[in-house]
Amino acid sequence: MKKTHIFGLIVIAIAVAILVSTGTEASTYTDFADAEVKAKSGDVNQVHVVGKLKKSATGDIEDLIYNPAIDANHLEFTLTDNKGRSQKVVYNAPKPQDLGKAEQIVIIGSMEGQVFKCEKILLKCPSKYQDGNAEFKEVEKPAKQS
Amino acid sequence: MFHTTIGNIGHLCIILSFVASVIATFGYFKSVQTIDLVQQESWKRFSRYAFYVHSAAVVGVIASLFSIIYNHYFEYHYAWSHSSKALPVYYIISCFWEGQEGSFLLWIFWHAVLGIVLINTNKHWEAPVMAIFAAVQTFLCSMILGVVLPVIDLKIGSSPFLMMREAMPDLPIWQMKPDFIAEDGRGLNPLLQNYWMVIHPPTLFLGFATTLIPFAYAMAGLWRREYSAWIRPALPWALFSGLVLGVGIIMGGYWAYETLNFGGYWNWDPVENASFVPWLVLVATYHCMIIYKTNQTALRTSFILVIATFILVLYSTFLNRSGVLGEASVHSFTDLGLSGQLLIYLLFFLLIAVGLLAWRWKEVPSDEKEVSTYSREFWIFMGATTLCLSAFQIIAATSLPVYNKIVEGLGFVSKLAPPADAATYYSKFQLWFGVGIAVFSGIGQSFWWKKIKQENFAKYFLTPVLASLILTFVVIFFTTKSQTGDFFGSPTYIVLLFGGIFSILTNGSILFDIFKGNYKLSGGAVTHIGVAMMLLGILFSSGYSKVVSINTAGFNISNDKSFTDNNGKENKENVMLWLNTPQKMDNYTLTYKGVRVEGRELPDYLRPEQVEIIENDFHAVALQDIEQKGKKYYSKGDTLPVFPENKYYEIDFRDKDGRVTTLYPRFQINKKMGNSVSPALKRNLGTDLYTYVALAPDLDQREWSKTEDYNIAVKDTFFLNDYVAVLDNVTRVNEFEGKPLGANDAAVQATIKVMGKEFIQYEIKPTFVIRNGMVAMPPIENNEVGIRAKFTNIDPKTGKFGFAFNTTQRDYVVLKAIEKPLINLLWIGTLVLMVGFTMAIIRRYREFKLMRDKGL
Repeated sequence: MKKTHIFGLIVIAIAVAILVSTGTEASTYTDFADAEVKAKSGDVNQVHVVGKLKKSATGDIEDLIYNPAIDANHLEFTLTDNKGRSQKVVYNAPKPQDLGKAEQIVIIGSMEGQVFKCEKILLKCPSKYQDGNAEFKEVEKPAKQS
Repeated sequence: MFHTTIGNIGHLCIILSFVASVIATFGYFKSVQTIDLVQQESWKRFSRYAFYVHSAAVVGVIASLFSIIYNHYFEYHYAWSHSSKALPVYYIISCFWEGQEGSFLLWIFWHAVLGIVLINTNKHWEAPVMAIFAAVQTFLCSMILGVVLPVIDLKIGSSPFLMMREAMPDLPIWQMKPDFIAEDGRGLNPLLQNYWMVIHPPTLFLGFATTLIPFAYAMAGLWRREYSAWIRPALPWALFSGLVLGVGIIMGGYWAYETLNFGGYWNWDPVENASFVPWLVLVATYHCMIIYKTNQTALRTSFILVIATFILVLYSTFLNRSGVLGEASVHSFTDLGLSGQLLIYLLFFLLIAVGLLAWRWKEVPSDEKEVSTYSREFWIFMGATTLCLSAFQIIAATSLPVYNKIVEGLGFVSKLAPPADAATYYSKFQLWFGVGIAVFSGIGQSFWWKKIKQENFAKYFLTPVLASLILTFVVIFFTTKSQTGDFFGSPTYIVLLFGGIFSILTNGSILFDIFKGNYKLSGGAVTHIGVAMMLLGILFSSGYSKVVSINTAGFNISNDKSFTDNNGKENKENVMLWLNTPQKMDNYTLTYKGVRVEGRELPDYLRPEQVEIIENDFHAVALQDIEQKGKKYYSKGDTLPVFPENKYYEIDFRDKDGRVTTLYPRFQINKKMGNSVSPALKRNLGTDLYTYVALAPDLDQREWSKTEDYNIAVKDTFFLNDYVAVLDNVTRVNEFEGKPLGANDAAVQATIKVMGKEFIQYEIKPTFVIRNGMVAMPPIENNEVGIRAKFTNIDPKTGKFGFAFNTTQRDYVVLKAIEKPLINLLWIGTLVLMVGFTMAIIRRYREFKLMRDKGL
């Protein structure tokens, strides 16, 4: 076998490894029930859950706990996913500024026991001008620092 | 009155530019295909005029659109959605390319300019190269054509000259008032109101546009069966493209670092990735072209990579503009319904290029002899392969939403989402590609300049490897000692550190050698040093960025597992600062001093009590004389321009030596994409301090408690909002709200002292006024203790005074601060890279010119 062939094989092997890892490490869009099953089966990958916040008639978010005077880095709220299941969500970062205005949110994280531990929140805010066209805005909890 | 003429002129110019580009494509095509020399020449001349007409029409389109935006003709949808009257003149130009149509125009404009340059610098290749150019222009012009084909009712392109009425026909206003013109536009996204956003898009699009040149030359070479002659004229352009596109990308990163709050310069967002991937392949491309120039190998690879670069540019355009990314990206363009057209554009050139290459493949000369491991070609090729693999990994992951669409198109369900933690995911691979690039650039350059053979290979590399190892450990030692970072916690970082140092040492020693001879040849070494510096800058600033805003207040509301994990660090990365209450944080003592307003023509920020902002306008009225830096700018009552959407939080950082730095992180009310937070940076040579306000209460919407009435005598002590308060004194005053009182008027002012946190004392001074027979008791607010007070009553019989109090949450901000060590290495490395690129371009252009003038 020529050296060029060996070289080509190595390159192909790396490319395949990249593709496989892209497939396996990609997150998925799912619901709370599935997230719970995944967490119980020991799957450590984080998932995306799309859902709505419970709001009162006056537009306030119900079941929202955030008290910066006590802990600025702790937010709790309840999210109802597309299948109608409501779930307590914990987000260890300050409350995203526009949370109350969001129509729909995407949370990224995983189930831990009875709560969904969320690492990142995507807000879908109704844009004032674009009729019906919602835009996504990313609120990222800064990466874990060591 | 609608200004319809200007829009009609603009639209006519679009149609003209489209038609002229079709004619130019056809004419140049005929010129290449004709054998008769006279006919060839006449087709060429004809098409050249067609291309000039096309270019003139493009300038006409741009001039029309610009004058619509500049003159605020809000009857046009583009002006209404991307500009406003409040916009300073220097940002008007950014409005032009905020929308998708305008950015297409910018791209078309650069192609037209580059086409004219090519026509006038290289006659030999004009016909085939310009045929490709004109064909690309045809596709791009069709994106903004805005024409509906009759009979089949097919809309082609989206014109920037649509009236509001045409763009949004469903608005009820048209029934009531057909000649309605909006008072003002929606404005430019305030996040883009930044000097980098004036120069970043034109630079990036010039980078994209220049990738067409090597592609057009490669196509021309295949077309005319001149398989190797195209390399020489294409090479300086490929280098130029690499420089401009690279600089454009870094500019975007620098803007993100200064403006967005994700904590860095790169977020692995699809939009960023889509511009970075073609750049990586482009860099690999001209390395292969250089191999071919010196050694007649890698010609086929050069063809493949040149084509890949251009197709990747088209692919990234498709990703960002077709709406396929949907929710995967924050800042992709809104979907204009062009996805079909974009896909045809992409597939057309993909098929033509791949088809032509396949057709000619057998004729393209290739070198069958075995490549030696001890040759410079081998090592440069290794470097190029690493670059391509790096690009492949990024594009494979960025395309996840595309796989979903394809699978859904086949009738299955696919719910793949992007990796949850993009930075960790991409870095895992890219770190090793970084190591490869650094090491191969060092070895490759050494092979290039030195006579290295199998026998002296070990001898030659022993010294640089040993020196790099020693230096690596010295750096690790000092990093650990200064507590910047722990290299032993992450051994892979050591490998990258070694790679970067090795690259700097080897390239540095080569640079030193060449400089003694002909410095003009040292572009490569300089560029590689720049890249190695950038890698080290990225390693330190990202790998060892450190949160300094660790919450040390000791509050922990829960002992729940999720709180105590990871040493409780997770929920402590933001500190809360009460107004005017110093708080310790790492090596600093922080004090939040209040909200500030930004004047447009002032050197410093304004305190809110100095001005009153006029609602729905960008002006404010001065409530007092405004004096800054010893100069009086405005008198009381003057109107001054401000940026009403921006709020700044003044925060003092006092370090251990007592030095105070004041930073102003920003909060922006952004109607276009939701409110956004921008950091403030304290730039130091070694480490940047990066800080932003994660949360601040909305002071306009805060809730006050129920009114509590107090009847108290002077020196009485009472509790207010959990603080101890004393009515210190009550005195008569002769002035009210800055104006002297009349003869029959009277005013009394009370001084209430409140003992705040840390025993800081605050004074609240409400006034009781009788003027023109009327009683006034204006409320006085103090944000530091969250108290609002009214002086309501004076009882001469008992000597007691009546007050009404409301209390609220005190003013505060939640702050995050991060240290970014050695980030300046990244920026300095970029500058070094730019210098190296420029040297290489000059050298390769001279070579091309010399040979062209010799008639070769």
